[in-house]
Amino acid sequence: MNDENKLHWLVRPSTIRKLWIGSSILLALTVLAQTVIYVKGYFGFDAWFGFGAVYGFVSCLVMVLVAKLLGLVLKRPQDYYDESENAQIPDSSHDKVKESSNGV
Amino acid sequence: MEFDIFSPALILLIAAVLICLVKGHARTAVILVAPIITLWAIWQIPDGVQSTVKFLSYNIEPVEGSPLRRLFATIFAIMVFVGGLYSFRVARWYELAAAFAYAAGAIGVCFAGDLITLFLYWELMAIFSTIVVWCGGTPGARAAGIRYAIMHLLGGVVLKVGIEGVVVGTGSIQIQPMLATDFSTWMILIGILINAAAPPVSAWLADAYPESTPTGSVFLSAFTTKTAVLALILLFPGEPVLIGIGLFMVMYGIIFALLENDVRRILAYSVVNQVGFMVVAVGIGTEMALNGATAHAFAHIIYKALLFMSAGVVIYRTGKNKCMELGGLFRTMPLTCVCGIIGALAISSFPLTSGFTTKSMISQAAVDGNLVWVYMALTAASAGVFLHAGIKFPWFVFFQKDSGLRPKDAPWNMGLAMIIFASLCILLGIFPELLYSLLPYPVDYQPYTVGKVLFYLQLLLFSGLAFFVLLPLMKRTMTISLDTDWLWRRAAVSLVRIIEHVLSSIGEVIAVRRVSLQKFLHRMAINYLGQPHTSDSKERGVFARSWPVGTTALWIAGLLSAYVLLYYL
Repeated sequence: MNDENKLHWLVRPSTIRKLWIGSSILLALTVLAQTVIYVKGYFGFDAWFGFGAVYGFVSCLVMVLVAKLLGLVLKRPQDYYDESENAQIPDSSHDKVKESSNGV
Repeated sequence: MEFDIFSPALILLIAAVLICLVKGHARTAVILVAPIITLWAIWQIPDGVQSTVKFLSYNIEPVEGSPLRRLFATIFAIMVFVGGLYSFRVARWYELAAAFAYAAGAIGVCFAGDLITLFLYWELMAIFSTIVVWCGGTPGARAAGIRYAIMHLLGGVVLKVGIEGVVVGTGSIQIQPMLATDFSTWMILIGILINAAAPPVSAWLADAYPESTPTGSVFLSAFTTKTAVLALILLFPGEPVLIGIGLFMVMYGIIFALLENDVRRILAYSVVNQVGFMVVAVGIGTEMALNGATAHAFAHIIYKALLFMSAGVVIYRTGKNKCMELGGLFRTMPLTCVCGIIGALAISSFPLTSGFTTKSMISQAAVDGNLVWVYMALTAASAGVFLHAGIKFPWFVFFQKDSGLRPKDAPWNMGLAMIIFASLCILLGIFPELLYSLLPYPVDYQPYTVGKVLFYLQLLLFSGLAFFVLLPLMKRTMTISLDTDWLWRRAAVSLVRIIEHVLSSIGEVIAVRRVSLQKFLHRMAINYLGQPHTSDSKERGVFARSWPVGTTALWIAGLLSAYVLLYYL
């Protein structure tokens, strides 16, 4: 208990547990509220019970997974471009040509 | 009135010069007073073209008023004021001067009555925004600034090519709605879209903005992309191709922001995402959609600047800009945290914030146009915005883990600037009529119906649930993600190297072979053209001999018949 009191009240495990419970109730309420409140659907299917909740969750799931997959291809170390910028100093191939042509 | 050829932009330009000339409290006074005078001047401009100046054979219209133009200019002027308030104690004078000149360009574009004036102010923006990027002062900022300048000057050239084409084709430099039907109109569209950070060059935004100073990025986030939106509304309302481009930008912004570790780069990608909503709206092109694009641009400038301000305070106080190094800052930065959360809720279009009352107009326009897929994509994107900006930004910066950092909260001026914008976010969310009454077309739209609010609450809260459920998948890594800028930062460089290598090896071969080549050519010349001093024609080179007229005639006949044959083939 001593450890807990040292923490900021917002990050104590007991608070976080309460937050999870509170938010779960809130989430359930927003869906259940649809039994009383009429959600006007514009295209038919978007008035289904809990459509907003499912659609929101699923589209986020898809986006995170797509991002994760793209990340496998696209992620590079932090200094990826820094190296290339240092390496942009032109190499000496020009000078070599000059030298050899002068030599003739 | 003799003053009506002067755009309100000139006030900010003069202010930019004054910022360079004066010091101390006088400079502060210029920074804070000039935007207010500009705002006053903006509202003095009546509708219609104010004056015409003959330049070469063109009728230049430096100032043209309309509700749409005034509204964009208004938010730009407010942005300059609050941005100035935010940065005047921290930013160096040359950054502020550049930012004011940059804003002058944006306000000039708002009132440009013809394509030539528009182009001039467009380039003014490109130049001074580059300087704002350079003010970042690091080698990274220098390189990013050069790339930024190249991109925008290139965009300017493309735009100019289009303008020339339209002027030659139609003889008019008027700014009027057009569709991308031929080469010149396509060039204008592409030139504008480059500034709107449309694909495939959207990478310039996330490349350059995060390299500027914490104060510079606040200014940068506001002007360039939103003047592009205004130009699209003025020139290409209802251009169908914009719907597809806009939807791509919306999704691109979300995906890349999800991958990002740099705080300001997350916000930069979400600029692309939000501008995507506006581009879609311009593509739909109905009155409702254009109202939506305008209102959303207005609200977006406020909450996006607010987000950049809150990120700016964090970077200013901690010197860190990576999600992995931050966290737990809510303990000592409550004001910055609360303002950041308000900005994050507004960008996610949470009910009672400005994002809800403006973005939902765009969705409504998609519904009215019976565009099922566009509506569903925009709705999914709204959920995605909450995911990538609405929760991710505040969570990783202010909560997440305890990073051990205990920085002080924002200085008073930065705090005040954030409070002003946070209040505006909520004010426009609760009293949307304030903004609706200023929109270009009459508004017949009720944002708050119980059903709609419930639908959005379900959508957003369950996106929030998705965020925390999927948190293990979103662990930040010390990485960057390749964007299309890889094409010109890596691929193009390699290509140039390869070409250089090929050319230099050819050069080496030539250098080595030169002597023998010279000898060979000399021998050939003597063989075929040699004219030793002799009377006997047979001893001369082949082409130096005297040949009978008959041979020549035969050759000519042969050549002519070959020509005739080739002609008919």
